[in-house]
Amino acid sequence: MMLYTMKKQLTAVAFSMLLGLTATAAMAAGDADTPLFNVDINVFDVASIQKGARTFTDYCLGCHSAGYMRFKRLARDLGYSEEEVEQYLLPPGRELGNTMDSAMSSELGTELFGIEPPDLSLVARSRGEQWLYSYFLSFYQDDERSLGWNNTVFPNASMPHVLWELQGTQVLAQQPAEHGEEHAAGDEQHDEHSGHPNPADQFELLEPGLQSPEEYRRTIQDLVTFLVYLSEPAQLQRHSLGIWVILFLVIFTFIAWLLKAEYWRDIH
Amino acid sequence: MSENGVNKGRRRLLTATTAVVGAAGAGLAALPFIQSWQPSAKAKVVGAPVEFNLEPIEPGQLLKGQWRGKTIGILRRTPAMLETLPELQDKLRDPDSSEATQQPAYAANESRAIKPEYLVLVMNCTHLGCVPELRPEVGAQPFDEDWLGGFYCPCHKSKFDLAGRVYAGVPAQLNLQVPPYLYKDDRTLVVGLDPQAAA
Amino acid sequence: MARPASSMRSQITALGNWVDKRLPVTSFWRDHLSEYYAPKNFNFWYFFGSLALLVLVNQIVTGIFLTMQYKPSAEEAFASVEFIMRDVPMGWLIRYLHSTGASAFFVVIYLHMFRALLYGSYKTPRELIWIFGMLIYVVLMAEAFMGYVLPWGQMSYWGAQVIISLFGAIPDLGFISGEGLVDWIRGDYSVSDATLNRFFALHVIALPLALLMLVLLHLTALHQVGSNNPDGIEIKEHKDADGKPVDGIPFHPYYTVKDLFGVGVFMLLFAFIIFYAPDGGGLLLEHDNFVPADPLVTPAHIKPVWYFTPFFAILKAVPDKLGGVLVMGLAIVVLFLLPWLDRSRVKSIRYKGWPSKIALAIFAISFVRLGMLGIGEGTPEQLRESQVWTIIYFAFFITMPFISRMEKTRPVPERVTSSH
Repeated sequence: MMLYTMKKQLTAVAFSMLLGLTATAAMAAGDADTPLFNVDINVFDVASIQKGARTFTDYCLGCHSAGYMRFKRLARDLGYSEEEVEQYLLPPGRELGNTMDSAMSSELGTELFGIEPPDLSLVARSRGEQWLYSYFLSFYQDDERSLGWNNTVFPNASMPHVLWELQGTQVLAQQPAEHGEEHAAGDEQHDEHSGHPNPADQFELLEPGLQSPEEYRRTIQDLVTFLVYLSEPAQLQRHSLGIWVILFLVIFTFIAWLLKAEYWRDIH
Repeated sequence: MSENGVNKGRRRLLTATTAVVGAAGAGLAALPFIQSWQPSAKAKVVGAPVEFNLEPIEPGQLLKGQWRGKTIGILRRTPAMLETLPELQDKLRDPDSSEATQQPAYAANESRAIKPEYLVLVMNCTHLGCVPELRPEVGAQPFDEDWLGGFYCPCHKSKFDLAGRVYAGVPAQLNLQVPPYLYKDDRTLVVGLDPQAAA
Repeated sequence: MARPASSMRSQITALGNWVDKRLPVTSFWRDHLSEYYAPKNFNFWYFFGSLALLVLVNQIVTGIFLTMQYKPSAEEAFASVEFIMRDVPMGWLIRYLHSTGASAFFVVIYLHMFRALLYGSYKTPRELIWIFGMLIYVVLMAEAFMGYVLPWGQMSYWGAQVIISLFGAIPDLGFISGEGLVDWIRGDYSVSDATLNRFFALHVIALPLALLMLVLLHLTALHQVGSNNPDGIEIKEHKDADGKPVDGIPFHPYYTVKDLFGVGVFMLLFAFIIFYAPDGGGLLLEHDNFVPADPLVTPAHIKPVWYFTPFFAILKAVPDKLGGVLVMGLAIVVLFLLPWLDRSRVKSIRYKGWPSKIALAIFAISFVRLGMLGIGEGTPEQLRESQVWTIIYFAFFITMPFISRMEKTRPVPERVTSSH
């Protein structure tokens, strides 16, 4: 009896070890500093990736590269024919086998923005989807910046609001001054007082854009879906292959268990 | 550990099943590793069909290029050059291009070409892979007294005629290879694609 | 019909005999599998030895295939990993098998080591098994650290920077100085191409060779004295008329089939992570490591991979560079001394007194808690808590000789108690 309880305790210790680590991981993953918009990204929504890909090539590819991704792969993964990729996504003068390199030289980028616009192939893996989604929703007009834009998620970002014509012009909502004073200038926006701040409350739409706020959010969601896909194109294949591997292993493990049980009938 | 009551048949069946399923699993697990040796997406881009512009090639001139790391030669043959082809029949090892591996079916003709004017060859010698030189001049050569023009390999003295057909009695045993190619239009030739593939 | 078959069989037997005279195949099989007697009361904790071997094989095979595509240069390393992830057919799977395998290795090894702590598997006559096992653990840490540098992301780079700088804590002793040592390890004045290249050589050749040799020694020593068991009884002390241990069963087939089942369960969990959570929410593959190494930009929060974090927390807990390094080193060295710190009359925790049981439980908690704190950002509260747990960690070893000697133990049975 005593033995049994001890065994249970030890198993409990082992499990709490595993759970503890996962909990810590979740803790470490979420950056508590900035209130982020919530979004559910479904990377298997191919239509969403397609739309995001077109936004990406229309608005991002001018300055940013996705140097590890080939145009050709878009055809394979997005259900496009090669002609459709050429028609919708391929900038003039490029070939399908090329990687998605920006047309802009890094020197020009540095001259225009002070830094070279980063490669976006892996940005969804380094920043995370919530961050990206929030970033695109958090541009606001700021006359103190040379390009006229600032961002609450990435303060003093060098990037102008490329999608402003879609979203319109957003400014910071008038908020109690204590909020800004509490933190050093240029620091990220904190909001530790209210339990669940709504990040959208930070902004006021000064001038509407071509899209309604709802449509714009959808555009950004598609763009982020594309970026998530872009960060690991193999994930589409990964999920579907995984089912078969696990199914096989369930069968194998079951047979191995039968075999074990059969032999261990000898042992008394 | 008693021997009594042991169901040997069941034991043998389960052992065999586990072995078979396990072996199948090991085989399946080996597949990704085997697949990883296939040409990568990058290699496939480098190995993609290559276009050649025929306009700048003068009659009698050889244009060289690369396809899948191999040297490709495009020779624009003059009528005089084409006339030499039937004369060599008995000096050649395979005058009728009967080795199917050395050219696509659409180039297994007398001129070994879709259009006789343009000869397209993989320029690596079928002996040991050196690149033979074009020696178009007709007349006695150090390596052949009755030379009618052709390709001569400096490495081991193999000789080929102006259709890339190998002479008998030289180290090389096979005609120079004609790669798959097609005419995109009158002036553009694509190496690496068969004509029907483009249709 | 019968004659050819039987003559064929006799030919195979003859070939077997021919080989056997020249290579001890049959006797090896007998000595280490079919007539190697293992206690019949192995429980859950005894799966992790064979699983460690499985993971080692996985790492070697996937590692060989990664080496075929990876470029060990600062210029190309990061891009070559993405090349493997995107352009090489099934390259992503091989890479995830390797990167997840590294974490799996440590999960398995930590559970395997905890088993030894539970049942006193390090005690006489198994001290050498424990020593070789600890050496495997230390080499594995070096192997994992160097492997983590190879993708040449921000965490690779800055992790290497921090860990190598630890050697700089060594004071100037005349013939050797910390600073000189750091430059020597890096082969440059900062972490650079030279560092990456030598780490690659060590990671793919030198350390795996050392690991394999140590595993061989670990297993040879194990088979010399035989396995311990949850009761901590020597099964060799009770033999039947044929000289076979009564509480022992042949490793093959009984434990081969049992381990095969364990392998199945393990692979299920492993496959689940590989296919559905290969970066483990940033725990197995860190977010910052998807940014190429940049010597000009330090990530906000440098931390090692989870399996090093208990020691990293100890390092940070000591408010002195040299002191921190020494205490962290001591935290590993002290594990080597376990066989001599444990002075109990009994091996297994089952028959030790309650003080030992509580001590072991608190020690396990301290290790896990330190691991969690090591992942944290190092706030003052976290540092203070780390200090407390560091003291508890060492208290376990310091008090062990006294507790284990003085506590009241329960009588150990003659024969193993529980069956499967």
